[in-house]
Amino acid sequence: MTDLFSKFDPLIQQRETLLASGVEDPFNLVMEKVLSPTRAICNGRETILLGTYNYMGMTFDPDVIQAGKDALDNFGSGTTGSRVLNGTYQGHREVEDALKEFYAMDHAMVFSTGYQANLGIISTIAGKDDYIVLDIDSHASIWDGCSLGNAQIVPFKHNDIEAMEKRLRRIPEGAGKLVVLEGVYSMMGDIAPLKDMIAVAKANGAMVLVDEAHSMGFIGPNGRGVAEDQGVLDQVDFVIGTFSKSVGTVGGFCVSNHPKFEIMRLVCRPYVFTASLPPSVVATAATSIRKLMHGSNKRAHLWENSRTLHAGLKALGFQLGTDVPQSAIIAVIMPDLERGAGMWEALLREGLYVNLARPPATPANMTLLRCSLCAEHSSEQVQTILAMFERAGKATGII
Amino acid sequence: MDRAQTDTRIRGLIEPFNKKGVAIDDTTTFAGDLEFDSLTVMDFVAAIEDEFDIIISMNQQAEIENYGQLVDAVCKLQGD
Repeated sequence: MTDLFSKFDPLIQQRETLLASGVEDPFNLVMEKVLSPTRAICNGRETILLGTYNYMGMTFDPDVIQAGKDALDNFGSGTTGSRVLNGTYQGHREVEDALKEFYAMDHAMVFSTGYQANLGIISTIAGKDDYIVLDIDSHASIWDGCSLGNAQIVPFKHNDIEAMEKRLRRIPEGAGKLVVLEGVYSMMGDIAPLKDMIAVAKANGAMVLVDEAHSMGFIGPNGRGVAEDQGVLDQVDFVIGTFSKSVGTVGGFCVSNHPKFEIMRLVCRPYVFTASLPPSVVATAATSIRKLMHGSNKRAHLWENSRTLHAGLKALGFQLGTDVPQSAIIAVIMPDLERGAGMWEALLREGLYVNLARPPATPANMTLLRCSLCAEHSSEQVQTILAMFERAGKATGII
Repeated sequence: MDRAQTDTRIRGLIEPFNKKGVAIDDTTTFAGDLEFDSLTVMDFVAAIEDEFDIIISMNQQAEIENYGQLVDAVCKLQGD
């Protein structure tokens, strides 16, 4: 039968071939019980979680949970409304205040997800005849923000400062320019040379938006991200972030010092035409953000975990996405999808969950086993994880 | 630069990307005949942009399906 779904036939075929080989479906895992930020029962097995982006382990923090319960009792389960109509409660104000304090910035705007924050801000600020210059390895939410708007889209090779500069220089005189970068690129776990890139962007008269989703809470002296770490946060016009990683709940945001920023609340469609976050979610987020301001010990332990895992995997002979650990993401490069899925399943049977990442999400058509560490992983757990990688890697012939 | 000169220079640039040595005329398509994937497109577009000192935005790329349309677009962008 031929209909609108026929275009998905090659993907359906690829999936069927993969599952016919007997591996568990890597994209259909169910966690039956979550025991802590680092342990869950998956498909009936107790499993160490190494692919959750729960960098700071805030999901089971007692203060965070209590704040959520109190908000449920006092404000109900949902707002049933847009932020600009009946959907702004005290908690939404409080989480925006927490963000302003966390980043030491004048304005904060909270969206229902991080995806919507990129979608909304990018599509709204860059209009027809403006140019968006962006890294080719940008997250899907950035690309979708470009697609939703009407601007001219000009990508450049990943982290290539010269390629970015050439494109900025060729933009016609008088056109508005927005450069979109990420602090940490989530597939390989590498960081951007923001200091040099932002200097070039500014020299060419562009505004700069940086997505710091994977750095908030643990990179930079105050956990504000890679731009802070490289001393250029004051040059960034818009920081995009999320509550679904270090903050440990769900939601997205943009912080900015732009004097006219508040007008975004009226013109940004993915902000206006959707329901606001439930009161319990903004209450947990606000509590978590305030606790992250004082998380320096946890940050230090997270970095130690990242260094130990990176060095251990390298010593075992795995091919990694970066030469040195640059973030809390460590990408293990697999030879192809079939063997990557085999290794993923072998790890799951050992009791370890990692993300299987595949094209089109990955750069250069790579298959990756992506590990993201948590500040709540103990040093012993990291050693256990390494032993699991060694056994699974040998069993599947990856090492 | 006239269309013939532009054509010659683009033919030189496309060579390393034309792995199967497909014979190229104005109707040759990039996705179909030349089997360019998204990464190849990015590298090929960057090579053309650098050679002619122009920008071909993704919005413009979406309108270019075959070789002849590319030569026309580069001629036009140089004139702008």
